[in-house]
Amino acid sequence: MKSKLVWQLFALVMIVSLALAACAPAATPAPEQPAQPAEPTKAPEQPAQPAEPTKAPEQPAEPFVFGMVMVGPYNDNGWNTAHYVAGQYVERKMNAKMLYIDKVNPADRPGTTPAQIAEQLLSQGAKFIIFNSDDMKDSSVDFNKAHPDVPMIHASGDYAWKEGKVYKPELKNYVNVMGRMEYGKMIAGCAAALTTQTGKIGYLGPLINDETRRLVASAYLGAKYCWTNYLGKDPKDLQFKVTWIGFWFNIPGVTSDPTQVANDFFNSGYDVLMSGIDTPEAQTEAKKQADAGKKVWAVPYDYEKACDVAPSICVGVPYFNWGPFYLRWIQAYLDGKYESAFEWYGPDWKDINNPDTSYVSFVKGPALSEENSKLVDKFIGELGGGLNLWKGPLNLQDGTQYLKDGEEATDQQIWYLPQLLEGIEGQSVQQ
Amino acid sequence: MQHNEKRWQNLGFQLGAVVLALLLTSLVILAAGAPPLDAYKQLLKGAFGTKMNVADTVVAWVPLLLATSGLLVTFAAGLWNIGVEGQIILGSIFTTGVLKLLQDSPLPPAFIIVLAVLGGMLGGGLWAVLAGVLKTFGGVNEIFGGLGLNFIATSMTIWLIFGPWKRPGVGSMSGTEPFPESLWLPTLPGLRLSIWAVMLGIIALVVIYFLLQGTYFGLKLKAVGNNPRAAFLLGIPTWQYMLLSFFLCGLFAGLAGSLQVVAVYHRLIPSISSGYGYLGLMVAMLINYQAFWVAPVAFFFVALNIGSIQLPIALKLDSSLSGVIQGSLVLAVLVVEGIRHRLLRK
Repeated sequence: MKSKLVWQLFALVMIVSLALAACAPAATPAPEQPAQPAEPTKAPEQPAQPAEPTKAPEQPAEPFVFGMVMVGPYNDNGWNTAHYVAGQYVERKMNAKMLYIDKVNPADRPGTTPAQIAEQLLSQGAKFIIFNSDDMKDSSVDFNKAHPDVPMIHASGDYAWKEGKVYKPELKNYVNVMGRMEYGKMIAGCAAALTTQTGKIGYLGPLINDETRRLVASAYLGAKYCWTNYLGKDPKDLQFKVTWIGFWFNIPGVTSDPTQVANDFFNSGYDVLMSGIDTPEAQTEAKKQADAGKKVWAVPYDYEKACDVAPSICVGVPYFNWGPFYLRWIQAYLDGKYESAFEWYGPDWKDINNPDTSYVSFVKGPALSEENSKLVDKFIGELGGGLNLWKGPLNLQDGTQYLKDGEEATDQQIWYLPQLLEGIEGQSVQQ
Repeated sequence: MQHNEKRWQNLGFQLGAVVLALLLTSLVILAAGAPPLDAYKQLLKGAFGTKMNVADTVVAWVPLLLATSGLLVTFAAGLWNIGVEGQIILGSIFTTGVLKLLQDSPLPPAFIIVLAVLGGMLGGGLWAVLAGVLKTFGGVNEIFGGLGLNFIATSMTIWLIFGPWKRPGVGSMSGTEPFPESLWLPTLPGLRLSIWAVMLGIIALVVIYFLLQGTYFGLKLKAVGNNPRAAFLLGIPTWQYMLLSFFLCGLFAGLAGSLQVVAVYHRLIPSISSGYGYLGLMVAMLINYQAFWVAPVAFFFVALNIGSIQLPIALKLDSSLSGVIQGSLVLAVLVVEGIRHRLLRK
């Protein structure tokens, strides 16, 4: 009887441990230093070495410590890696040190809030905090109210936007930054349209919000433009469909499985899959299908080197370059010029891949043909020259008018796009 | 004299279990390439390093206290109420529902909060009764019924956050629109800690303690738990007692979920239950279902949870290490308990 009880207890412990393990964050491999982002000219700087022998040797100043709170794993090859390498960029460009904590989301770290985690960073000496996700907006406000003297950035939010819909004037020391990824997505959409052979482009979407809607719409606008203007095809023959998985990355049991969704796309004739999620399922699945003999391609997202996951099927990647935002704001703080602001910056059209000046960019992948590569360059040139695809006539998905003929969308109209655009298949609003 | 000797023996075995658990955990830390002592130091720093850390630990202590207290009732009746996680969630959902319904009404905020908390308790209680009904009338073992109901509760939260209760215009994983500050349980200045929540947690524990130790009802419940057939023959209405124990546990779990809304997050978020239900099961097993030990052991467990945030920051270790410590502790105690039985029988 006793041993039965012990076995029952043991069985229950196993069940509970399994359940807990399922909820617990997956083990992060011991952090390696990821390949240094290409920047051969500058070696990682240690606190300024006394360069000239004439000066009295100075004690190198203590590095300025900043903290970063990331929503997913720092090594996701996507959104979070883009932020992580931006932190490393700051470390190289000035005497600074990054403390970070990743996987800050309700599934991975139940019972904690981003604000609370930011405080743990403060306790380790951080003097400046970066929150990297839309999902942290409430918590970033809580943090700001509790520590009004601590400078912080909430990336991708809009509470500090005076002309925005949710402006919170009471927030002090609160900065929002965001890249105009609309351009990156337009270029990516163009590359996808030039590459597709079935005329069917799929989009692996995260969850539905203002940001993700406008990015899907941008990708579609770019695709439609190149499809009609460069390939001379009928826009009606271009199919563009988005399927939302429900979150930025796969959470088993909570989101749809992006692997499954990617396969559904490929199995129903979509041959180019664009990714809007933080993780590389679009690429890994495209690679599998391509290895099995199918002609399919993928367009990843977020991180400059995302194509490295599966170069052979990678058309190119639109990516964020957060480094200059963070460097400038941390420097502004040190110079006493930090104040609440909202910034929404795009590519540096003179050189969209400039790591110091371009906030958003696109790198071509090995799977983009030479001919198409020239057309993509042409498109980038046109965008840089003032081509505006967010211009009427444009209708929303349900057919209502969004922009009149010749009308150009304002920043607010783009940022708060209420639905997808006409011509895009897929849900506009969460049901 | 013999009694005393036995007590020392027990203590020895318990200490042995703790040492075994520490040994296991240290091995894991070493395998991850970090110095164990440093890791333990960082854990302590994370949980108690600042006034704010201590307050956060207490904030997390309350729901675990409530969930574990509730579980003692179902364990007394011989039931494995694994559905406690879902009961916490339903508590949060009902509380959010009541707050949403009444937030624009002219009722005084304090009254709305009280109604919302009562609603949350009721929600948790009803969800628990559902597991009980499945067991009593459907023949579904409460472990499986509970697990199923947990999944439904989680899905319901996500659906509400992105569906009917989404923020104006946009669903966000950040949760529903936060409630106005007038509907928050007041917190200590500069901290996230609500004295009201702590008081409710402690009162709940005391109530459970006396219910199980000092009342006729508690005695009968234990009779049902030890031998339902005998209890039935002695005239105790067995299934009614089981259902009642589910309901009671659900009330406490629901209160935990409710406080997560009114005192901690001020909105409904995904994973609002934060695993406190599962953790509560572990605590209850670890303390061999003795109410006296709930408070300190629950506190130790949440300290591990809160403290472990420092591990990835300071040592690049994964913070799931706290789960490893908790799990090995429970396993070590069970294993040592098994060894003790075997040795003492000889």
